[in-house]
Amino acid sequence: MSEKPIPLWEVFIRARSGLPHRHCGSVHAPDATMAVQAARDVYTRRGESVSIWVVPSSAIVASDPNDKDQLFEPTADKIYRHPTFYDIPDEVGHM
Amino acid sequence: MTEAHRHIFPYVIALGDDALVLGHRLSQWSSRAPTLEEDIALSNLALDLIGQARLFYTLAGKLEGEGRSEDDLAYFRDAAAFSNTLMVELPNGDFAHTMVRQLLYAAFTHPYFEALATSRHPGLAEIAAKAVKEMAYHVRHAAEWVIRLGDGTDESRQRTVAALDTLWPYVGELFEMDAAEQELARASIAPDREQLRPIWNATIDRVLGEAGLDRPERPPTGPTGGRAGKHVHLAEMLADMQSFARAHPGAAW
Repeated sequence: MSEKPIPLWEVFIRARSGLPHRHCGSVHAPDATMAVQAARDVYTRRGESVSIWVVPSSAIVASDPNDKDQLFEPTADKIYRHPTFYDIPDEVGHM
Repeated sequence: MTEAHRHIFPYVIALGDDALVLGHRLSQWSSRAPTLEEDIALSNLALDLIGQARLFYTLAGKLEGEGRSEDDLAYFRDAAAFSNTLMVELPNGDFAHTMVRQLLYAAFTHPYFEALATSRHPGLAEIAAKAVKEMAYHVRHAAEWVIRLGDGTDESRQRTVAALDTLWPYVGELFEMDAAEQELARASIAPDREQLRPIWNATIDRVLGEAGLDRPERPPTGPTGGRAGKHVHLAEMLADMQSFARAHPGAAW
C-alpha cells in the first residue's frame, strides 16, 4: 500500500451574506471536492456558514516573521489612520 | 379508524427503526474513523439519522395513543419488535463497507423521502421534507468516497468490491412492501417503493461508473425478514445501545 501524505487545505467560511469569508482552520483531504465536504463537516456543524472556500495550504504565500519590524512597526505611531473620527450611519451595515 | 390508519403505526416505526439502527452503527465509528475529519463527518451522519428516528418515534407514539415516548420506543423494545431492514444492522466492517452501505441506503432513502414529503399524512410529510435535505448530503458524501475508494489503490478497490458483493443482496429488502404498506400506498400515505427503483438504479450506476466498478450481475435481492422482526445482529447491538437507558429507567439527558 502506498502511503502518500494527505494534502492540507485552508478553510474560509462566510457566516452570512454580506460578510467576507474568514479563515477558520484547516482540513486534510485528498482533493478539492473532498476538502469542501470535510470543511462542511468539521466547521459548519452549528449553522456557522452560508458558503465555504478551501485553498491548498501550499498556495498560501506568507510574510517572513523576520520582516515584522520593517513591515508592521512603522504603523504604530500613525493613529490618524484609524477611522475613529467618523460616525458611521447604521444603514451602512457591516463594514 | 380507517383501514389505512390502522397500518400507519407499524409503518412509522419501521421508518424510525431503519434510521435509528443505521445511526447507531455510524455512531460506533466515533473515535475509530480513518481521519479526524471523517470521524466528525460520520458522527454528523449518525446524528442526522438519529434525529430522523426521534421524529418518527415521536409521531408513532402519538398515533399509537398509549403514551409511549421516543425513548420508550428506542430503548424499551426488544429486537423482535424492531422492523428495520437487515442491511442497516450489519456490523460495520471496514470503511469501504460502511461507505458502500451508506451509498446503497441513501440512494434509496433520498428519493423515498422526496416522495414521502408529498404524503397525505401531514406529520409524515413534514418529517420527510426535513430529512430529504439530510439524505441528499448522505448520497453526496458516500458517492464521493465510493468513487475514490473504487478508483484508488488496489487495496481500496478490492475492499470496495468485497463490500459491494456482501451488501448487494440486502438491497432487496429496501424495496419490500407488505400488504399493510401497500394499503398505505393506495391511500397516498406511503410512497410505492418499487417506483423508486429507476432513480436508485441511476444513482448507483452513475457512482459505480465513476468509481470504475462493475455493477454486480445478480439482481439485488437476498436475505429478508427484518421487517417482520427476524433479526441477525440486532439483539447484540441493542444490548449495548439500550443498556444505559435500561439501567437508569426514567433518566433524562
